[in-house]
Amino acid sequence: MEAWEDQAIILSARPYGEGAVAHVLTAHRGKRAGYVYGSRAALEPGTLAAARWQARGAEFLGTLSLEPLKAHAPLLGHDAARLAALASACALLDAGLAEREPAPGAFEGLCALLSIISREESVDPWLLWPAAYVFWEVQLLDALGFALDLEACAAGGDGPLTHVSPRTGRAVSAQQAEPYEAKLLKLPGFLRPERAAPAPEDILGGLALTGYFLEHRAFAQDTRGLPAARARLLAALGGMRTSA
Amino acid sequence: MSTTSRASPLDTLIGSLARLPGLGRRSAQRIALHLLSRREAVLEPLLEALAHAARAVKPCSVCGNLDGADPCGICTDAGRERGQICVVASPADLWAMEGAGAYRGLYHVTGGVLSALEGVGPEALNLDALAARAAGAQEVILALPATVDGMTTAHAIAATLAETGARVTRLGQGVPVGGELGRLDPGTIAAALRARGG
Repeated sequence: MEAWEDQAIILSARPYGEGAVAHVLTAHRGKRAGYVYGSRAALEPGTLAAARWQARGAEFLGTLSLEPLKAHAPLLGHDAARLAALASACALLDAGLAEREPAPGAFEGLCALLSIISREESVDPWLLWPAAYVFWEVQLLDALGFALDLEACAAGGDGPLTHVSPRTGRAVSAQQAEPYEAKLLKLPGFLRPERAAPAPEDILGGLALTGYFLEHRAFAQDTRGLPAARARLLAALGGMRTSA
Repeated sequence: MSTTSRASPLDTLIGSLARLPGLGRRSAQRIALHLLSRREAVLEPLLEALAHAARAVKPCSVCGNLDGADPCGICTDAGRERGQICVVASPADLWAMEGAGAYRGLYHVTGGVLSALEGVGPEALNLDALAARAAGAQEVILALPATVDGMTTAHAIAATLAETGARVTRLGQGVPVGGELGRLDPGTIAAALRARGG
């Protein structure tokens, strides 16, 4: 009998027979799946749970029991954009991470993101969670093997970094970028080494940047493309910007 | 059960039952045995009911509810409050609302909720018809599941209906009647606190 216990965040749950097949991101074992008996009521994406998995052999699907520790979704139901960010992060991890492969930092990164998204803010909302989400996608690209290098100019320039090469994912300074500007991706100020405070268009620019590499690199071989939840996040942020 | 490679009628029956929502193969076996051991009392009336339902029951062309008539009994009920439309995900949710006996308006059944996992997008839901109906309504009540997908759908519908002029409201979320705080999850308590009233 194979078994393990770990903390996990629920990424998805699909009804199957009298229960559901759940995918979770564990603290120490990467993305794992298991059959959960009974109601799906507690199997909401983003819920932190104490997970216990057991199976007759390591290669079996196995059964998961999940004891919820903290549900984030109920805290976000009133806010379309935050809810969309939670759904997008869980869907990207669910679709992007390989099962049973180590994913160092992914659990901690998602915990931190969910904590920031769930936090009530007294300052301009664009300054915190949307920027944190873009940084999280940059980290996700790294975890999926498509790291961006946004700290130094790929062409050796020493001016301010303003663009990113769509081919290499490396930053390019304004001077070096000038002849190729139409072919390069824009690097928003808050992703540059000097970390300028983000404006709404910077957040959308950051998502356009990470979205390019997610779509053309990380999910290039996935016939389903990027999860629809991410497109809904873009739409929700667009709506938030319009109403701001 | 047969051990040959070709499925026997019993295997086919069990396989068909096991595809029903909430049933696995063991439950399907129990149901199949129950049906076959009570042919006259259970199996044959069930067959007749299934055949009759398959012929007679259809979705209402106005609201999407399942009924023997089109438009359905609720849409044609003159005693209903016609300025209120309650949006539900499925006929089962409509039946639950009707069972509560607290609502006398009309309904709109979307046929599901947005789901990235299941590949359900806005085009798969019955939303265009809802927008047309909402234009003549005073209030649209979103009674969708309190899940991530359900809440996402509610936000999408609210955005779709923003131009119609109808007031869009949602069911309250929080402590259920008979619920003890000590047994509730923190998210539910937080939602209840947010929705508190005096």
